[in-house]
Amino acid sequence: MCLAVPGKVIECRGDEAVVDLQGSTLRVSRVLTPEADVGSWVLVHAGFAIAQLDEREALETWDYLRQILATEPADSERETQTTDQAPRGEGSPA
Amino acid sequence: MTDRVAQLVDELHGLCRDVGRRIQVMEVCGTHTVAIFRTGIRSLLPANLRLVSGPGCPVCVTAQRHIDAALELAGRPGVILATYGDMLRVPGRSGSLERLRATGAQVQVVNSARTALDLARANPQSPVVFLGVGFETTAPATAATVLEADRDGVENFSVLMCHKLVVPAMQALLDAGDVPLDGFLAPGHVSVIIGAQAYQPIVAKHRRPVVVAGFEPEQIMRGLLALVRQVAEGRAAVENVYPGVVTADGNRVALELLRRVFVVADAPWRELGVIPQSGLELAAVYRRFDALQRFELALGEDEGHPLCRCGEVITGKAEPSECPAFATACDPLNPIGPCMVSSEGTCAAWYKYNRVQGPGAQRVPEGQR
Repeated sequence: MCLAVPGKVIECRGDEAVVDLQGSTLRVSRVLTPEADVGSWVLVHAGFAIAQLDEREALETWDYLRQILATEPADSERETQTTDQAPRGEGSPA
Repeated sequence: MTDRVAQLVDELHGLCRDVGRRIQVMEVCGTHTVAIFRTGIRSLLPANLRLVSGPGCPVCVTAQRHIDAALELAGRPGVILATYGDMLRVPGRSGSLERLRATGAQVQVVNSARTALDLARANPQSPVVFLGVGFETTAPATAATVLEADRDGVENFSVLMCHKLVVPAMQALLDAGDVPLDGFLAPGHVSVIIGAQAYQPIVAKHRRPVVVAGFEPEQIMRGLLALVRQVAEGRAAVENVYPGVVTADGNRVALELLRRVFVVADAPWRELGVIPQSGLELAAVYRRFDALQRFELALGEDEGHPLCRCGEVITGKAEPSECPAFATACDPLNPIGPCMVSSEGTCAAWYKYNRVQGPGAQRVPEGQR
């Protein structure tokens, strides 16, 4: 539940940002990372950008997340997925 | 396994050989627990290095009395209870939110506290209660949402406060002293918020190394290597091997928000009892958003299941396979304890990745322990 996923900010409007999570986009709040701007990489958790990180770190994390998504057997319970599966799941604080 | 990981594994074996004695370290965070199983790291570890799981799964440590309060509120006419999906199946005294929802209660799954606030805006006639669970990674989201509710006057929104703090729980484990621990692998994304220096009191008081690590196999191996190196050298320090993401001071904006909206209070942890100064409550100026106060509800007591040993599992005292209910009376489809409910719970991780197949076969092969 405490896993955050990296995304790239592609749009900013006030306290809101749209981040690209490797293909899917998500509207998040940037009140916790007010300095994040278009082009920044941020860690997204529970609908909030919680930190900025550099691109290399972000892409390495995505390499790992993609491996998990490719190899992970599907859980039988749909809504009890945790944040690490958030890019494809519902109901987790991503 | 990459060459880099293989090299780290070799180094770790060398260091553990030098130390000679058994070394026991706790991975505090549920996300680490799952990553360690998923990537097979356990099977690569030296025989004298033992990893135990800690109380770092927010789903698992949410007190039963809080689930009971959520059930009570969700059962009231007109109330919409908004929750992260992870909490749906956690058993309270009288079932789970998922079961209650099946009977017609308005239990809505949300990905963010802000979605719960949007629900309140869209349903001004209905009280919307958000189940605020999680550690410091998640708590700033709740704080920011309460501020937004206050600013916009969304008075039908409230929070059932269950947020918890990681460091006091780690300290409580060491204070209790009944599990020998040589150090902690500290959670990466909690540390994004609180900063690596937040673990300094543990080092100062208990002289145990604390190493902040990320969740990829190489990062976890680097974290374990740093921990064992400190043990080998007789040192105890906070070390951050996740520097691209975690800073010494954390996210100052988020920390300021936590200080503004919440106060630190004693909090009940499932199976662990009340840990002093380990939870967050709304500060007086925002107390009107507190669901317990708004609905004049008092928390009850927890009543553990006689078979469940989750409390011992999340403090490193027992492994899931030592619980009589594990994989027999308790499995992910019919969980008795919260550690089997959450996919980041230790029992669920053992069930999924580390269980010997076959009826009654619960023991884990010696090489993997």
